[in-house]
Amino acid sequence: MKRYGDVVAVNGLDLDVLPGECFGLLGPNGAGKTTTVEILQGILTADAGAVEVLGLRWGKDDDELRQRLGTQLQETLFAEKLTVFETVTLFRSFYHRGMTPAGALALVGITEKHRAWVKNLSGGQRQRLALAVALVSEPELLFLDEPTAGLDPQARRQLWDIIRALKAQGRTVVLTTHYMDEAERLCDRVAVVDQGRVIALGTPRELIASLGAEHVVEFGVADGAAPAADALARVPGVREVRYENGTIRLTVAQIHETVPALIGLLRERGVELTELVTHHATLEDVFLHLTGRTLRDE
Amino acid sequence: MSDRAGGPLLQLTLWRLRELWREPEAIFWVFAFPILLALALGIAFNRRAPQALTVAVTESAGAREGGRAGETTTALEAAPGLRVVALDSAEAATRLRIGRVALVIVSGDPVVFRYDSTREESRLARLLANQALQTAGGRREVREVRDVTVTEPGSRYIDFLIPGLLGLNIMSTGLWGIGFGLVRTRNRGLLKRLLASPMRRSHFLLAQAAARLVFLVAEVGVVLAFGMLAFGVPFRGSAMALSAVVLAGALAFSGLGLLCASRVKTIEGVSGLINVVMVPMWVFSGVFFSWSHFPDAIQPFVQALPLTALNDGLRAVLLEGAGLPALAAHLGNMLVWAAVSFGVSLKIFRWV
Repeated sequence: MKRYGDVVAVNGLDLDVLPGECFGLLGPNGAGKTTTVEILQGILTADAGAVEVLGLRWGKDDDELRQRLGTQLQETLFAEKLTVFETVTLFRSFYHRGMTPAGALALVGITEKHRAWVKNLSGGQRQRLALAVALVSEPELLFLDEPTAGLDPQARRQLWDIIRALKAQGRTVVLTTHYMDEAERLCDRVAVVDQGRVIALGTPRELIASLGAEHVVEFGVADGAAPAADALARVPGVREVRYENGTIRLTVAQIHETVPALIGLLRERGVELTELVTHHATLEDVFLHLTGRTLRDE
Repeated sequence: MSDRAGGPLLQLTLWRLRELWREPEAIFWVFAFPILLALALGIAFNRRAPQALTVAVTESAGAREGGRAGETTTALEAAPGLRVVALDSAEAATRLRIGRVALVIVSGDPVVFRYDSTREESRLARLLANQALQTAGGRREVREVRDVTVTEPGSRYIDFLIPGLLGLNIMSTGLWGIGFGLVRTRNRGLLKRLLASPMRRSHFLLAQAAARLVFLVAEVGVVLAFGMLAFGVPFRGSAMALSAVVLAGALAFSGLGLLCASRVKTIEGVSGLINVVMVPMWVFSGVFFSWSHFPDAIQPFVQALPLTALNDGLRAVLLEGAGLPALAAHLGNMLVWAAVSFGVSLKIFRWV
C-alpha cells in the first residue's frame, strides 16, 4: 500500500511475476501502475505490505537488487550534451556485470547514433537509448514503464520488435502501459489495474474470454431512437449491452449470428442505422466491461 | 573490468566536465567574463599619470582697473598639474557646480578661492594654486625638498581587483555549477533514474566535487595568469597558501550550491535562491571596493560572509605574501560554512 496524504495510490495490489514471462500492468493514467513499479524497484517505499523481488527484500538487499534489476522509467531525460555512447558507458560503470555499451546499443538498433548528443535524438531514439541503458547490465528482471508513450506508430512497432526479441531471450519483463494493444501483443499475462487495485489478472486470451464473447458490435441510430436494452439482449448471441454517447455496444459471441438479427430488429421497428462497426474483443473491452470506463478516460 | 570504463567515480566526473565544457555559455562566464571585467576596470583605473586639475580664473565683480587676471593666469599656468581656463563669473559658478572645474579663482586683492571643501580634487587644486600664486608673488621656500615617485605593484586598484574577481568567480561557479547542475538533473527525472541503478550516492556527490576541482584549477589559473601577465599583479605568497584559500572557498561555495539545490525542483526556483545568496556578497564582501566603507554596525555580518573571508584571504596571499598561520581565521570561516552547508544538505537532500 502507498499513501500520499489522504490519497491512497495503491492498495491491495497482489501480484506474482514468474521467471521468463512478460508481465503487463495495464490501466489508465493515474491507476497506480507507476507507483507499483517504483515500489518494486525500490525507488518508493511501500507504507504497508510485503514486496519480494528475485527472492530479495528492499531495505535489506538493496545493493544486490539494484545490480540485478534493469529499469526504464517513465519520462527520464538523459543529459542532453552527453553522447549516446557516453550515456550507456556511464550507466554501465555502475554494474559489476553486463555487456559492452556497444553491445547494448546494437541490441536496440541505435549503433549508428552512438556519437550523437542526446538532445539531437528523436522520441523513438530516446526510448531506445533508455532501453539500452536498462539492458547494459544484462538484468534478470527488466522494468519498462510506458516504453512507447508518445511515440508515433512506426517507432512503437520498432520498439515492440525489440521487446519481443528480449522475450525470446527468456528475460523476465514487467511492462507498464495504458495501451491495450501493447499489452495484448507483448504480454504473457496481464494485470488490469484501476484505482490502485488489480481488477483482473490472466493471459490476454483468458481476460477476453472472460467476457463470454469474443466480438464487439457498435452501432448508432438516427434520432437516438435506440431499442431498449432488454430487446437488444434478446438478439441471438448478445452477452452484454452498453449505451455510451449515442452509440450502443454489444458484446457478442458470433458476428454472423448477431448482426443479421440486429438489422432485422431495427428494420422491424423502422429505426434507421447510421453506423455499424464490429471488431474482435480486446483488453480495452475487458476494461470497459469491468469499470464502465475506457482506458483513455482521464 | 574494462567494460566499467574506469569506474563510476571517473564516469560521473567526466559527465559533469563534459556538460560544462560543451556549454559555450558556461565557458564564457567562467573564463572570458572575469578577464573582460578585469581588463575594462584595470584600464579605467590604471592611468597612473594623474589628470591635470582644471581651474577657472575670473575677474572680481568690482575690479575697476582689471589687469590682475592676466597676471594670475600666467602664474597658475606655470604650476604643474593645473589647467587654467578664463571664464566669466556666471559660467565659472556653473562649471564649479557640475564639477567641470575643481576650483574658481577670483583674481583681485585678496585673491578669492571658491570651491567645495568636501571634494578631494578641489582641495588639491586649492593647494596647488595657492602655492603657484605665492611663489609668483615672491615667497621663498625655507626647506629644500626632493620628490621621488614610485608605482608599487600591490597598491594599485587592479591589484585590489584581481583577487576580488577571483573570489567572485569561485563563488559563482560553485553556486551555479553545483546548484544548477543538480536541479537540472533532478528536474529531468535523471536523479531518480540514477537512484534506481546501483550508483552510490556518495560517488555522485564526490563526482560533483571532483569536477568542480578540475574546473577550479583552470579558472583560477587563467584569471590569475591574466592579472600577472597583463597588469603585473604580484603573487607574493606561496602556491600552497593560495591552494588552501582557493580550496576552502570552493568547498564553502559548493556546499552552499548543494544547499540551494537540495530540495528545489525547478531551474527558476534554484536561480532565485542562488541570487538571494550571491547578491549580498557581491555588495558587501569587498569585490570591487573595500568592505571597510560599510558602517561598523554591519561589520559583524560583513565579516561573517564567506566571500569576505575568501577575498581577504586571496589578497593576503597575493599582495601581502601571507602564510598559512596568518590565514587561519579566513580558512576557518570558509570551512565552517562548508561543513554546515554540506551537513544540512545531506540531511535534507531530495533524491526522488
